[in-house]
Amino acid sequence: MINIEIDGKQIQTENGSTVIEAAHQAGIAIPHFCYHKKLSIAANCRMCLVQVEKAPKPLPACATPVSEGMKVFTHSEQAVKAQKGVMEFLLVNHPLDCPICDQGGECMLQDMSVGYGQGHSRYHEEKRMVLAKDIGPLVAAEEMARCINCTRCVRFGQEIAGQMELGQAFRGEHAEIMSFVSGTVESELSGNMIDLCPVGALTSKPFRYKARSWELSRRRSVSAHDSLGSGLAVQTKNNRVLRVLPLENDEINECWLSDRDRFAYEGLNSEQRLTKPMIKQGGQWQEVDWQAALEFCANGLRQIANGAGAEQIGALATGNSTLEEMYLLQKLLRGIGSDNVDFRLRQSDFSADGKQQGAPWLGMSIADIGRADRILIVGSFLRKDHPLLAARIRQAVKQGAQINVIHATDDDLLMKVAHKAIVAPNAMVETLAQVAKDAASKHSNGIAGSLASGERVAVLLGNFAQQHPQAAQLQALAQQIANVTNGKFGFIGDSANGVGGYLVNAIPAGKGLNAAAMLAAPRKAYVLLNVEPELDCADAQQAIAAMQAADLVIAMSAYKHGATEYADVLLPIAPFTETSGTFISSEGRVQSFNGSVKPLGEARPAWKVLRVLGNLLKVDGFGYETTQAVRDEALNGVDVAARLNNAVSGIETGAAAVNGLQRVADVPIYATDAIVRRAVSLQATKDAMQPKAWLHSKELSKLGVAAGVQVKVAQGQGSALLEVAIDDGLPEGVVRVAAGHPATATLGAMFGTITVERA
Amino acid sequence: MLSQQITTLIDKELKKYPADQRQSAVMAALRFVQDEKGWIAPEDMADVAQYLDMPQMAVYEVATFYHMYNLKPMGKHTLTVCTNLSCTLCGAGDTVSYLEQKLGIKMNEVTADGKFGLREGECMGACIDAPLLNVNNKKMCGKLTPEKIDSILADLEGGKA
Repeated sequence: MINIEIDGKQIQTENGSTVIEAAHQAGIAIPHFCYHKKLSIAANCRMCLVQVEKAPKPLPACATPVSEGMKVFTHSEQAVKAQKGVMEFLLVNHPLDCPICDQGGECMLQDMSVGYGQGHSRYHEEKRMVLAKDIGPLVAAEEMARCINCTRCVRFGQEIAGQMELGQAFRGEHAEIMSFVSGTVESELSGNMIDLCPVGALTSKPFRYKARSWELSRRRSVSAHDSLGSGLAVQTKNNRVLRVLPLENDEINECWLSDRDRFAYEGLNSEQRLTKPMIKQGGQWQEVDWQAALEFCANGLRQIANGAGAEQIGALATGNSTLEEMYLLQKLLRGIGSDNVDFRLRQSDFSADGKQQGAPWLGMSIADIGRADRILIVGSFLRKDHPLLAARIRQAVKQGAQINVIHATDDDLLMKVAHKAIVAPNAMVETLAQVAKDAASKHSNGIAGSLASGERVAVLLGNFAQQHPQAAQLQALAQQIANVTNGKFGFIGDSANGVGGYLVNAIPAGKGLNAAAMLAAPRKAYVLLNVEPELDCADAQQAIAAMQAADLVIAMSAYKHGATEYADVLLPIAPFTETSGTFISSEGRVQSFNGSVKPLGEARPAWKVLRVLGNLLKVDGFGYETTQAVRDEALNGVDVAARLNNAVSGIETGAAAVNGLQRVADVPIYATDAIVRRAVSLQATKDAMQPKAWLHSKELSKLGVAAGVQVKVAQGQGSALLEVAIDDGLPEGVVRVAAGHPATATLGAMFGTITVERA
Repeated sequence: MLSQQITTLIDKELKKYPADQRQSAVMAALRFVQDEKGWIAPEDMADVAQYLDMPQMAVYEVATFYHMYNLKPMGKHTLTVCTNLSCTLCGAGDTVSYLEQKLGIKMNEVTADGKFGLREGECMGACIDAPLLNVNNKKMCGKLTPEKIDSILADLEGGKA
């Protein structure tokens, strides 16, 4: 620690920090544009010039390291003169179009020019013109003349997103920010450039000209789209969500947000929203009132429970349903005598049930992952499944951490990977077992060697590993590896409230059926909470068949969806922005939130719907007044931290028999849940394009087809026509065909045999 | 695709830098491309990026930053005339008009036969010989007069570069 003085204030600060950091610590504001605490120092805007004693000229505070006894003046005559001079230069070429600029009211340049600018301009010559750019459906770069060339967006791409898609071309007064040959920005974190841009050059395309910042109310919320629990500032006007911004939390999302979290809100205002309860009568959908709809549901469930038996009723929820909703759903089902309730819809191996000591979780905090020095990621489409976790690991790798990967695809993680084993799904257990063996015998090479050389080892199982047909074996092996390397292991959960689902027992306890079993042995009645079975389940074909065979399907959903074909009742429920609730993130963080807006139309929060259903079915204890009461009951006496435990025992590992081509299925980043699937701007990105059948070029030549042609991909009874494409990063013997997309909803399980033939 | 000659030259250049710093060779690589093709097309920049394992945009930044890289075809012989202060004081304006009239093209244009291209250049650091022009960034010609320009053009026409 060293002592410096800023504006007469004595400050103790760490050696090696900069003047601007020291000033911010002490609560002294220094004007700046290009400086950002999470980015490298560029010192190119010159706005942060300050006077330093004994320095002949003003110095940029962002790039000047502190030294013992340094005296800094941020508001002295010299400093202010320099800052005003810089401001005048910045405004020379900046259009004075604030009234029509989307950034107006939340613009750093506008704010600073009030403080440091003059009332008039001395510059009367022509301003430079910079042409508009089209860099994709999310980020608007229509008014690049407003750019002050701070290069924050460029540095964000290079340093945080891991790919340099924007750059500063040309030089001097011709310098401009652009992409290479009119390319689009495809990073899954691109929206952060909008936040970073201190002026109105990069703005949000979906939000453009929708509202002024001062007209918006700001509500706290939590992201429902991945398992990190990222903080959201939901901005609303006239009872509509118009924008979502990050809520800063260094422990979770820092100051970033993935594009999925940021732009998914468009799905909330989708035309497909279900706003009135509906009942199918004589094959026709009729709008009815809530009373009639709920009585229809209660009667239907009662009839089946009394007739065929309660075990003929099954309930499925998505993992991003709130804690309260899942708690009430299982309470309702158990109240009418059925134990068939589950939220792990894409899981296919349930053999760890009953052998686990607690609820599977991340095994460490998100911040711990950033501090790990050796990481093994097993079965994860990391960048697409958990964009911000990938960004955090990218930072760790830059600090010297080694990341190792075992997976079935070789997608670019945009960071340096120490070792990787890309194998077919059926070889994953064997590969991981080999790493466990090597680690136990203190091998110094390969993945095991990398892990053995670390002090803080993290072994993480991704979505693919959790959905794998031998998931329990992978879990047991990850545990072994963590044990011998003194590391931690855990699951990067695939949904916002997966941990919550376990804690409130939204899983079968005794003789009940799990999600897969419920669909494999069709029930007479299903209660669906947020579920679109053909898109959310591990085996789309089987899910649809089960729905169609059922006598009664009660679909609680925010949207009109495929259920119109097989459901009997559609109950409009509120998405997470329209209800209060709680999510427990992968790291076990319990976060409650309030509704940001009122439910649309006659939609109601699902917890209220379940409460009335409980009352109609005369199940005891459904008298809740608030979600808080539900949560208090659900978590009463539950020590969340103590319940989180990944330890598993009694799992035997063995090889899986396969024949023919195997399917490798990812759930594309913008197909993960019902809201995201209806966010139009996200659906216009490259990540959301029509799924293809990806094959190694050798497999393709065996088939005798060329890339780009249509092929027939088939599983079981169903098939889909897809374009075939080459990915030599894939192992031979596999076909990568995405799940969760309407184009592939006719296919079967996400793992297993699949055939590809000429169309 | 980069030609065999170019990659050989780049490989030689790469030996000057640490193995994990391949992008250090980007300026040289772009020069080799321009020497062979006369200009650097975006596809060539993409190829250079791939060869040096660096982002395409980073190559584009370099190629657009430095004036001597031609971003469009500039003829077989690119004549770059310095128009900075010293040269202008010594009559670079007349040099430019004479060249434009003689070749029948304006600045940043190429003659119809594709032989000559005319560019404006920045100070070449040889003001003592002002006014100056540079042929293909390789050969500097100073103390220009109409007669001298005629002989330079004649030499180039005749194949004596």
